[in-house]
Amino acid sequence: MTDMTATQTQAEKLDSAASRKARIMGGILIALALLVLFVLDVVPGESATFRLTTRRDAIQIPDLVVPGAFNMVCAALLAFLGVRQLLRGGARWTSLSLGFGLLLLVMAFLVWATAGKAFNLTSMLQAAVLASVPIALGGLAGVMSERVAVVNIAIEGMLLAGAFAGALIGSLLGGWIGLVAAILVGGCFGLLLATLVVTFRMDQIIAGVVINLFVLGVTSYVSSQVFAEYRFLNNAKVFRAWEIPLLSDIPVIGPMLFDQNLFVYGAFILVGIATYYLFHTRNGLRARAVGEHPRAADTLGVDVYVTRYVHVTIAGMIAGFGGAFFTLGNVGRFEENMTNGRGYIGLAAMIFGRWHPVGALSAALIFGFADSIQQKLALLNTPIPSEFLAMAPYIATIIVVAGLVGRSRPPAADGKPYVKE
Amino acid sequence: MDVELRGITKRFGSVVANDNVNLTIRGGEVLGLLGENGAGKSTMMNMLSGLYTPDEGEILIDGKKVEFDGPGDGIEAGIGMVHQHFMLVPVFTVAENVVLGVEPTGKMGYLDMRRARRQVEEINEKYGLHVPPDELIEELPVGIQQRVEILKVLFRSADVLILDEPTAVLTPQEVREFFGIVNTLKEAGKAIVFITHKLHEILEISDRVSVLRQGRITGEGDPKTLTEADLAEMMVGRPVSFTTDKEPAKPGRTMIEMQNVSMLDETDEIVLERVSMSVRSGEVVGVAGVQGNGQTELVEALTGLERVASGKIIFDGTDITTASVRERHKMGMAHIPEDRHKSGMVDSFTIAENMVLNNYYAPEYSRGWAIDWNKVAETSARYCVEFDVRTPSVYLPGGSLSGGNQQKMVVARELERETKLVIASQPTRGVDVGSIEYIHERLIQARDEGDGVLIVSSELDEVLGLSDRIYVMYDGRIVAEFDNTGGKADRNAVGLAMAGAHNGDAATGEGDAA
Repeated sequence: MTDMTATQTQAEKLDSAASRKARIMGGILIALALLVLFVLDVVPGESATFRLTTRRDAIQIPDLVVPGAFNMVCAALLAFLGVRQLLRGGARWTSLSLGFGLLLLVMAFLVWATAGKAFNLTSMLQAAVLASVPIALGGLAGVMSERVAVVNIAIEGMLLAGAFAGALIGSLLGGWIGLVAAILVGGCFGLLLATLVVTFRMDQIIAGVVINLFVLGVTSYVSSQVFAEYRFLNNAKVFRAWEIPLLSDIPVIGPMLFDQNLFVYGAFILVGIATYYLFHTRNGLRARAVGEHPRAADTLGVDVYVTRYVHVTIAGMIAGFGGAFFTLGNVGRFEENMTNGRGYIGLAAMIFGRWHPVGALSAALIFGFADSIQQKLALLNTPIPSEFLAMAPYIATIIVVAGLVGRSRPPAADGKPYVKE
Repeated sequence: MDVELRGITKRFGSVVANDNVNLTIRGGEVLGLLGENGAGKSTMMNMLSGLYTPDEGEILIDGKKVEFDGPGDGIEAGIGMVHQHFMLVPVFTVAENVVLGVEPTGKMGYLDMRRARRQVEEINEKYGLHVPPDELIEELPVGIQQRVEILKVLFRSADVLILDEPTAVLTPQEVREFFGIVNTLKEAGKAIVFITHKLHEILEISDRVSVLRQGRITGEGDPKTLTEADLAEMMVGRPVSFTTDKEPAKPGRTMIEMQNVSMLDETDEIVLERVSMSVRSGEVVGVAGVQGNGQTELVEALTGLERVASGKIIFDGTDITTASVRERHKMGMAHIPEDRHKSGMVDSFTIAENMVLNNYYAPEYSRGWAIDWNKVAETSARYCVEFDVRTPSVYLPGGSLSGGNQQKMVVARELERETKLVIASQPTRGVDVGSIEYIHERLIQARDEGDGVLIVSSELDEVLGLSDRIYVMYDGRIVAEFDNTGGKADRNAVGLAMAGAHNGDAATGEGDAA
């Protein structure tokens, strides 16, 4: 008898929570279907042309021509997913349906915006990868410090400091030394954050915000007062893209991944190293233990304070490297607040990526995609104002963090100072 | 390996935690270490594990003097501690937890988990621990988690194992298995220090027993020749009665009733599942169960601290399912919370302030808009006398009292008014034996005055000793009910139910209280 009641309550429980969420998602999907059908409708007969290769490429593949009817199909699929979600509840599939639904929406949007015109898809994807680099590195910095339970709001400031140091030292002593300087400056701010929160047990959020405001203030002051006067201080050589032979000739993938600059390769390599380090080495295991249960780590002879200092400093160095991207990897000069919230988006990428380096990178790619779609579409003369499009990365952040992440679990001791007995 | 403590003294400020303690621990022997909370057991063991350094005296291992000055030193010397609160990372596997800090590594710091797993299996085999190396800690029952802790110290080749209150979180059946493991370890030549305040366990498992009171060793002996009464007297310093004398219950009308109450936690997991129970006036109903099986939630539902998802709660004929905490309180519900520091009192408030936390708003304490503090102090002083709260002044912070006196303060506040139902959750946790006796008497007295009394406790002895009727909770459900008139409930059957054994029979056989 007890088993029967158990199943009953199980059903009740599903009904109460998970299926409520499933139904909301169903509603959203149907709303998206209507949006695609009535707003993103393409004039019959028109089609969108997506260029995949340019004339200079070694291997040529034909353009992708999508007929306008594609959007009808998208709307139908969205509606199907939505109705299915409403009727069946679909607990386990909820997130997947939403993810697929968003993908359909993006495709429909691209077709709509490009209808009757041509659009270089590959160059947009290439730009997406580029745009995701600082976000990925910011997210990775977040992973490194939150895995040892230090919440790192200061990533934004560290990125900005890295960008600034890269521009200044890069202008004076050359790109490579500028890059090293950016990493060191980032590391210094990491060390500062560690000192504030580990040794002085300052509130981690406040310490982070203080660093952000400090960096913003100092760099803005110098750039407006000094750089404006002495322009040679803010004119660094940019790291050009390095084509990797053969691999860069692959259509679409080649330009995306193998015809990029140092920072893109660096981000991918760092993510690989961080994953190996955290999950397959002795020190990685200890670091994670410090983030989950510092007292247990302490009783087993792991020095909690040293571990936190080291990892937060490394996080700062990663963020410094990511910051140098803005100047040395992109425009070669520093501008006020040029990171523009990328550090915070990096934190969102970390959460969406469930505190895993690869997860953070994947999330960063999504955000980078939203960012580049916005820039490229501005060129296509869509009826949507460009200011509105500029919101895209942030809207993507909100949707993704609120809707898709669900119950991702931070390290258990995240944000809590550790007091030895 | 033998360890000797010679003339150990440890002070914290003006408090002497250990006063000239001498103790010998021998290989192949279980030493029972008995003492109330605050008697200095933990301080002593923390000095053995290297967490504290003694102010005076010395520690000798196999006759040689050693000095520890860090938490790693004890284990390095072969002394391993199994903490009462497990030091395990919940999201790590067993093997990861075991090797943390002494990981088998390959080139470039590579973590050799295969070797780690093999080493875990070897120890498993040797001591019959049966711990699955690849399981995540959070998915293992408490009893197995404890074995992981033991595995951890064995992995670091400890010869002395200090077990701090190891049975506190176990069901009676798990305790049996656990004792089996302790005996295996003993036969393998390990020295074991078994710390507890449960007298019958000491008598059962230990070869030698030492009793600690107020930082001093007050008794030593052979458990074969000692009785529980002897031990209790050494522990408390005066004779203690174990059985609470009570008249047979005279149950009257139904005081509180839960009908099919279900409750979800914030992640929508079921924490109470169709619970139906009742307490009548003039009876003590006990709720037994291993911690974390829904007892806390049951109390939260009854007292209105959490909303229920479905079902009904009726208090003396009135539906209170959606009533607020204060409404229930005003209707005569008294609540002694399970964690006094979290929800029973405010440590930094004075005793007087703590005494009126539940009815400071009553007209008798008011002078217009202000609180009449003189009146409050006066009343508090009276309560202190009545409930044996020992303090020089009611103006001292509540946190300065000993655990037993703090609890008596909470009990005084809750019972010193017109009540119909007393809900006491872990009423004697962290309380000295003398105060336990007193609190139990007070609860029985409330029953005899016609209150319904509900006692929720993870100490099975407490439930068996006080209750007229017993519910057993497992996994958010009430799985059995026992009539305990004249103490006739079968300890074993209750224990089995606590472990979630499929025994609808055991329950209904004994069940159906008058």
